[in-house]
Order: sequence, then structure tokens, then C-alpha cells
Amino acid sequence: MTPTVPLEREWTLPDRGRVGVLCLITTEFAIFTIFVVAYVFYIGKSLSGPTPSQVLETPIWATICLLSSSVTVGIAERALKGNRIRQFQIWTGATILLGLEFLRNTAVEWRHLINDFHLTITTNLFGTTFYSLVGLHASHVAIGLTLLLLSLVLGLRGSMHGQGRRFELLAWYWHFVDAVWVVVFTVVYVIGR
Amino acid sequence: MATTTYFPESVGKAEALPLPSRLHEWIVTVDHKRLGIMYIATALFFFAVAGVLAALMRWQLAVPNNTLLPPDVFNRLFTMHGTTMVFLVGMPFFAGLANYLTPLMIGARDMAFPRLNAFGFWIFLFGGILLYFSYVAGEGLAGHGSAPDVGWFAYAPLTERAFSRGSSTDYWILSIILTGIGTTASAINVIATIISMRCKGMTLARMPLFVWLMLVVSSMVVFIMPPLTAGQIMLLLDRFLGAHFFDTQAGGSAILWQHFFWLFGHPEVYVLMLPGFACASEIIPVFSRKPMFGRAAMIGATVGIGMLSSGVWAHHMFSVGMMASSNIYFAVASMAVGIPTGIKIFNWLGTMYGGKIRFDTAMLFCVGFLFQFLIAGLTGIMLAVAPFDWQVTDSYFVVAHFHYVLLGGLLFTLFGSLYYWFPKATGKMLNETLGKWHFWLLVIGFHLTFDTLHFAGILGMPRRIYTYAPGRGWETLNLIASIGVIFQAAGVAFLVWNIIRSLRKGKPAGNDPWDAWTLEWATTSPPPGYNFAVLPEVRSSRPLWDLKHPEDPDWRYE
Repeated sequence: MTPTVPLEREWTLPDRGRVGVLCLITTEFAIFTIFVVAYVFYIGKSLSGPTPSQVLETPIWATICLLSSSVTVGIAERALKGNRIRQFQIWTGATILLGLEFLRNTAVEWRHLINDFHLTITTNLFGTTFYSLVGLHASHVAIGLTLLLLSLVLGLRGSMHGQGRRFELLAWYWHFVDAVWVVVFTVVYVIGR
Repeated sequence: MATTTYFPESVGKAEALPLPSRLHEWIVTVDHKRLGIMYIATALFFFAVAGVLAALMRWQLAVPNNTLLPPDVFNRLFTMHGTTMVFLVGMPFFAGLANYLTPLMIGARDMAFPRLNAFGFWIFLFGGILLYFSYVAGEGLAGHGSAPDVGWFAYAPLTERAFSRGSSTDYWILSIILTGIGTTASAINVIATIISMRCKGMTLARMPLFVWLMLVVSSMVVFIMPPLTAGQIMLLLDRFLGAHFFDTQAGGSAILWQHFFWLFGHPEVYVLMLPGFACASEIIPVFSRKPMFGRAAMIGATVGIGMLSSGVWAHHMFSVGMMASSNIYFAVASMAVGIPTGIKIFNWLGTMYGGKIRFDTAMLFCVGFLFQFLIAGLTGIMLAVAPFDWQVTDSYFVVAHFHYVLLGGLLFTLFGSLYYWFPKATGKMLNETLGKWHFWLLVIGFHLTFDTLHFAGILGMPRRIYTYAPGRGWETLNLIASIGVIFQAAGVAFLVWNIIRSLRKGKPAGNDPWDAWTLEWATTSPPPGYNFAVLPEVRSSRPLWDLKHPEDPDWRYE
């Protein structure tokens, strides 16, 4: 029996990698939401100092670095899809450097807080929520950097040809890490002070 | 196009490999069917373990002032029983069914991410082993406790280092985080499979209801596991790094954990329950010989339950003393869940109404489910009334209610699904006579145990007590409840015997023993590694009906 009714239209479905990474990002976003809720819930509830307004400085430079790394990773993605491997290497390298600079700034900030203000995760509720929220984000930056570094190494060895679709998914993850920083920045350094 | 189009041309009998090679094949497999079977086998194993724990508790409670078990052992028993049933039985059963059936039902050759699938299973299994390893290793440095004894919802600050010494609670936390990662991986995989792997013509409107419900469940998992995981991470930070998330002495909140936990915990009930609905929605139409009544309403109601269920969590917390406005909101919202659930009941009843019903064991379990789930829903509405909840909260009324949901509702459909899909997975039919013994013994045992416990609860018997004094009117009820366990255990023994016997000398199933309509019955039993020799094309929600009745296909009317 031949099909009596022809199929309505061509049968195309969304790419499974994109669906998977979107779900991963959704579930990660929900984890961050809970930590943000805990942070907001405990603003001003610490029984002892130091308080955010006493010790926190707005990390403008780190924020600029991280947000511009979203642009560079986008350029790298286009370069890879256009098979311009040299460009891909340069812009991925730039993304990694910007991400590392962001992490360096976080490290300097934490050293300052720990050494000069004696604020640790055990000091008060502010320390507890601050280090866990910012630390959770920083650990995501570190994961993203590891994957970017892997892409760069593969790119330098010449095995990234035709992997534009996969790199796009990594770029999505990186954009997500940046978007979360916008929330963390607003909550910790603007509202929380 | 004959009925046999989708069958592989010849399936040679697999060469008999030596045992180590066969085991190795199972361990390294990324095949969705094998992983599905492994999930379900693990779930059944943990079900037996948790059942033994429950039987011990009922033995202890059969008579007043019983000294069979000391109180600390009893605390560990109910903690391990609850944790196991939710995380190591209900969740993997869902994952197993979704894994095994989803690709077959949507005409795909595997899941979207086969290796992620294997990862999900092994990390889940490791989490389960870790939980039980605490019985050996939970002494820790402080020498306190063995298995976790903090209850399945483990309220902080009672789980803080100061009140829960030793490392048993740490085992509980780590085990839940790991199984949660496995479940999330599995859910993401199911979503990607359903969205991206459907065969030609399988539009969302034509998808089998089972697949639709699994899509809703998996989407819920993506949203509800994070609150639990985040809460567990905070608890770990508190316990190991001296953070203060749940530390009231440092200004922390005593009820924040409850919010985070129930934000996961209540939708979790529906994550456990919807796979049961999914099975019933496949089995009831086939055994009533009618298509599903109100298919669109069923899908809409499921999505509605998914959304509503995430806004009702604090009805578990009426007694902690929330604002009156919160109590009113959560009471009304909880009752509202009754509407889509009621729609479903009418969907199933409407399907059976006027049908040519065949009461095979699979269908019997689904009918049992309908009755018992209705009662479970009614006591649920009672508990949603905040003042009534204040009276019976943390009593055996609550215990009886949620066992009606999870045992009378969920477990009955899961057993029904075993009888329905076992022939597909193994090529052998389960024995009907033994199946009916299983069903009726379980029904009798279930009602002896849990009907009576409602009354014990109303008479004021609190949950989680290890014994009670005579003279409060609880003795007879508890004795009857404990006797019921014997019937339930006998029923499950019939199932085990049935499975072993049928695997060895069961009646051959053939490809389509139930004359069903979904695509999994269009391939051999058991299906070959690649599922379908030719990928199917579908034109209606009952593709096999179309094949069997080319003179009157469904697509003319859809």
C-alpha cells in the first residue's frame, strides 16, 4: 500500500544538541535562582559585621572583561562556521584571556576580603551567602574556561573543522554564564549594598 | 504497506556468548532498551529492600509497647524507607519506562544522547549504593549513628552538624545529589529525544499520551531538581565549611530549608505520579478497545497539573505558622490541583464507558488504581483545608493519604505496566493466573493496611513513633494494618515468582499480544538493537490501527 495521504511538508525537527543544552541551561539557571533567593532573603539579617556596604567594591573592570568575552566568543563562533580557523584561534584565545582576567579579579577581591576584613564563609550570613553565590558563578566560569581551552587546543591541532555547531553550544553556555553574572552583579553589588 | 513493514526481515537468535562477555555487554551498553531494563530491575530490587524495611516497622507497631526494634533503629528504618521509595524506586521506574518506551513509541532508533543515558544510570546506581553503604560506614569519626535517621525530608536545622553528628547525614546528602544528577540527565535526554527524534509524521498532536506525559514529567524534573540540589549544597557548606544557611544561632532561618525542600518535594509527587498516569493512559484504551476519550483534555490537564503543582508547596507547611494569607493561598491552590486531576479520572472512565473491556491483569491493576487514586485525591482535598491539616498533620492520616497516592495509585499502575510491557521487553507473556493472585492479594493487603491507618491518624496517632501505649484505641487498627503487610508481601512474592517462571517458560508473546495501537508493538518482541528495520511514518495517533484497518484508518477523522 502506498501512502494515500502525502506527508504535509518536509519533516525537520530541532537539533537535539540545542534542545539538550537549552535544558541544561534552564536547570542551571534554576539552581542559581535558589542561591539568589537565599542571598536576597538574608540581606541585612547578619547578626555581626562586616556588612556589604563596608567591604564590597563594585567590580567594574571584571564585569567589562566578562561581558566583552561574550562578544569575542560570538566572533570566534562565526569564524569557525566560516572555516576561518586562524581567526577562530585568535578570538577563542581572547575569550579565554578575558575569562581568566575575570577570575583573577575575583581572586584578588576574595584575598582582600579575607585578609583585610576577615570575612570568610563562617563569619556571618553575608559571608555565607556571598561566597557561595559568587563562588558558584566563578566555578561555572572555570568550567566554561576549561571547555574553551579544550576547543582552543583542538583548534591549534587543526581538529575543529566542521565543529561549528558544537562550538555554538559551548558559546551558548558561555553567554549563559555571562547572563548569570548580570544577575549576580545586580543582586550582590547593587541591591545588596 | 502490510503490518509487517516495520519488522526487521530476520532476527537471528543471538549467539550464546559466555557469561562474562554477556555481563560486559550490559555494563558497557548505551542501548536505551537495556538501560531501561537495568533501571527497572534496580528499581524493583530497591522496592524489595524498602518493602522489607516497611515490614519491619509494621511488625514493631503491630502491638503496643513492642520491644522488637530500639527507637534509633526505627528512625533509620523510616528514613531509609522513604528515601529509597522516592529516589531509588519511583524515580528510576520513571526513568526506566521513559528510556525503554519513548524511542519505540516515537519511531526512533535510540535516545538523543545514548552515552549521557548510560552516565545517568550509573551515577544513579552509585548514589543508591552510597545511601546503603552508610549502614556500614556511617559511624564516622564521632561514632554517632549509622544509616541516616533524619526523615526523608531531613529538616534543617536538625540536620546541622550540631544536632546530627557523625557522617550518616552526609551520606544521605551526597546520595541524593548524585541520584538527582542522574535523574536530571535522564530527563534532559527524554526531552531532547521527544523534541528531536520523532519519526516522520509524528507531530505533537499525534504523539502517544505516554510520550506526552513523559515530556511534561521531564520538563518538571528540569525545574524542580535544582531547589533540592541547591538546598543540599547549602547544607553541605553548613556542615563542612561552617556556613550558616540554616543556622538559627547566626540569624539563619529555621524554615528556609522547608521552603526549598517542598519547592522540590511537592512537584516531585507529581513527577512520581504522572508516569503512573502515562501507563494508565496507554493500558486503559487498549483494554477497553476504544481510543482515549478526550485526548486533548488529557494533555491539557497534564500540562495544567505540571504548572499548578509548582505553586502549592507550602501546603506541607501549614503547621509551621505562616501568614493567614499564605495559608489561604496555598489551601486554595492545592484544591485547584483537584480540577485537572478530576478531568483525568473522567478521561479514563469515559474511555472505559461503552468499551469492550478485557480484564487482563494489566487492566485490573489500572482499575484498582482508578478507585484508589480517587480516594487518595479526596483525602488530599481534605488535607488541603488548612484547619483540618492542623488537626491531622504529622499523623497517620497523612501517612495513609500519601501511601494511597503512591502505593494505591502509582504502584498499581507500575505493576500494570509490568504486565503490559513485559512481553515486549522479553518476548514472554507473564502468567495471568499468578498475575491475578498478585493483584487480589495486593488489593486485600493494601486496604487492610492503609484504610485502617486513616482512622488511627484521626484518633491522633502521630507518624514516626516507634511504639505506643495501650488504651488509646489504636491497638486493633495497628494490628490489622500489620496483618495487611503479610498479604502485600505474598502478592509481591507472586510477582517475583511470575517473573522468574515466565522468563524461563512463559508463553511466547508474539509482536503484538494485546492488539494495541502504538508503535512499540510494530516491531519484534524483544525489539532488535536498532528497533525498526524501516523507520515508520505515521498519519494519526494510532498508527497501528491504521495499518491493521486500511479500510477505516484514523487519519480520516483526525
